Amino acid sequence: MKILVCISNVPDTTSKINFTDGDTKFDANGVQFVINPNDEFGLTRAMWFKEKQGATVHVATVGEASTEPTIRKALAIGADEAIRINAIPTDGFFVAQHLAEVVKNGSYDIVIAGRESIDYNGGMVPGIMAAMLDFNFVNSCISLEVDGNNATAIREIDGGKETLSTSLPLIIGGQKGLVQESDLKIPNMRGIMMARQKKLNVIEPIDASPATLDTKFEKPAPKGAVKLIDSSNIDELIDLLHNEAKAI
Amino acid sequence: MKPDIFEAPDYYHLDDLLSEEHKLVRDAARQWVKRDISPIIEEYAQKAEFPKQIIKGLAEIGAFGPYIPTKYGGAGLDYISYGLIMQEIERGDSGVRSTASVQSSLVMYPIFAYGSEEQRKKYLPKLASGEFMGCFGLTEPNHGSNPSGMETKFKDMGDHYLLNGAKLWISNSPFADVAVVWAKNEEGRIHGLIIERGMEGFSTPETHNKWSLRASATGELIFDNVKVPKENLLPNKNGLGAPLGCLDSARYGISWGAIGAAMDCYDTALRYAKERIQFGKPIAATQLQQKKLAEMITEITKAQLLTFRLGQLKNEGRATTAQISMAKRNNVDMALNIAREARQVLGAMGITGEYSIMRHMMNLESVITYEGTHDIHLLITGADITGHSAFK
Ligand SMILES: Cc1cc2nc3c(=O)[nH]c(=O)nc-3n(C[C@H](O)[C@H](O)[C@H](O)COP(=O)(O)OP(=O)(O)OC[C@H]3O[C@@H](n4cnc5c(N)ncnc54)[C@H](O)[C@@H]3O)c2cc1C
Repeated sequence: MKILVCISNVPDTTSKINFTDGDTKFDANGVQFVINPNDEFGLTRAMWFKEKQGATVHVATVGEASTEPTIRKALAIGADEAIRINAIPTDGFFVAQHLAEVVKNGSYDIVIAGRESIDYNGGMVPGIMAAMLDFNFVNSCISLEVDGNNATAIREIDGGKETLSTSLPLIIGGQKGLVQESDLKIPNMRGIMMARQKKLNVIEPIDASPATLDTKFEKPAPKGAVKLIDSSNIDELIDLLHNEAKAI
Repeated sequence: MKPDIFEAPDYYHLDDLLSEEHKLVRDAARQWVKRDISPIIEEYAQKAEFPKQIIKGLAEIGAFGPYIPTKYGGAGLDYISYGLIMQEIERGDSGVRSTASVQSSLVMYPIFAYGSEEQRKKYLPKLASGEFMGCFGLTEPNHGSNPSGMETKFKDMGDHYLLNGAKLWISNSPFADVAVVWAKNEEGRIHGLIIERGMEGFSTPETHNKWSLRASATGELIFDNVKVPKENLLPNKNGLGAPLGCLDSARYGISWGAIGAAMDCYDTALRYAKERIQFGKPIAATQLQQKKLAEMITEITKAQLLTFRLGQLKNEGRATTAQISMAKRNNVDMALNIAREARQVLGAMGITGEYSIMRHMMNLESVITYEGTHDIHLLITGADITGHSAFK
């Protein structure tokens, strides 16, 4: 079983988000980058397949050299090999084209991507890849079991779960629930040392172009001041919720 | 205990000077501390107990002998990585860092640097994995700052040595499997001996009622006619310089560790000051609290630069004992002052176990005393720059 985990390099959730160039570019200055949490769930599941079913696990990312610490971390966690496509990940379409190329050349049985990345929340990459590669596709995946050429996946749907039976080759869009949060791995010293030896292949981008361009970012309006209402004054609370906040 | 929402200050973008691997090692240690130390440490400090369950995790993040070569089970990392690991662990708790410092610098280091090949092979891999825990016996009831006066001694009995004496204030002693003990031979020369738990006449009573380093176990080492096999003597160095060489390595780690404790106090105080409203505005908007916070980040930044440079010197094998003394003295004092100021920023909340500050503050009272007191390090610098030793 050969698995490719697609990894997006995203700002840590505690980062302060700012834009430059007239609100058209994200300001990466002083921002800490991490493995996209949805991808980390996927990587953790892939490690389970490696340990229990002898899978080979590669990771791939589309990004410049500055993303290497994130991929190196994935190697330290236990991935066998890494691929970095040396390009700025302009939009989901652009990223999906490059990752699909990697999948084609690497003959993977399973591709694990995140349902969405937590930076731009595009949520397109695994779906576009599945279409381009003609793979089976399960999005919002919270459980994946593989038996030979068959797979059972559970998908989160509004207010419930859906269990699907499908076959390889398969792409999933993983999310929280795919593994227990307590199973997420912190790279240990042995892993960090072994990661030094592992291959990190840098490949140049293919002739692909994005389908969309960012023209402007806007931050949500800053939170206003809090109004404190005495707990005995229910009428005032209802009045404010009704007439001022228009929430009820 | 509140959830650990620590964010590390890096005012001068020191991260830019670190390698990718330094950051990987540091971030792994930071993540581990958040996951495995922060949620439990207050409880263990309150009940004055060392949390033994963390030993495996400490070994996994490389806290035991990170700079020991891989063939002996170490991680083969550089001294900056070692410093960063100590910084992150002490950000959690100085007591846990003490356990790691002792294991790495005071037990593994002397066995590596002064031990025979057999001793290295026998002990180092087990110490690196945490299967064995070690302690270091130098201080005695009557000899603290002046270890050269030690009374613990051993006699050559032909096929073994006979060890007698007592050591006090020994970190990890109550549960250690092995002890590196410094004692004088019949000629009065100091040698290191490896003592194993279970040897007849060797006991390790625990010291109770500490107000500091409560999550670290401290105790005595008592040797009552202990028969020590001859192959347990560290052959490759003797004299006071041997234990002092270990202290250099430990003090180096402490100079980084103290920054961790200071960062935690600063981060807590900064966040609290921004949220705490008095007189209709956050206390962070008052000049007096800004003075405290601004001075804290200034001192932390200076300490970071000091240790980074010291780390480079250590990597090149050029860091002197006096340079290490300066960093240990400066940084621990800096951390203790920050802990005291930060505690005041939190007002009454600062004295509770809800926040880590008071624990750090009490811990640092030991850190400023052990591994050479604040005074002694000043005398080391004084002797170095004037050429006159003022110890006696
Ligand atoms: C929690 C804890 C853990 C420890 N762990 C270990 C361990 O694992 N192994 C180990 O061997 N030791 C350990 N120690 C012992 C520690 O290293 C000693 O406490 C330290 O060296 C100081 O010795 P002392 O306490 O006897 O103080 P003293 O040497 O008696 O000093 C008392 C005071 O006199 C000052 N003073 C001493 N000499 C001079 C001088 N010449 N000029 C001016 N002032 C002077 C000192 O600065 C200090 O303020 C530990 C101590 C503590 C508190």
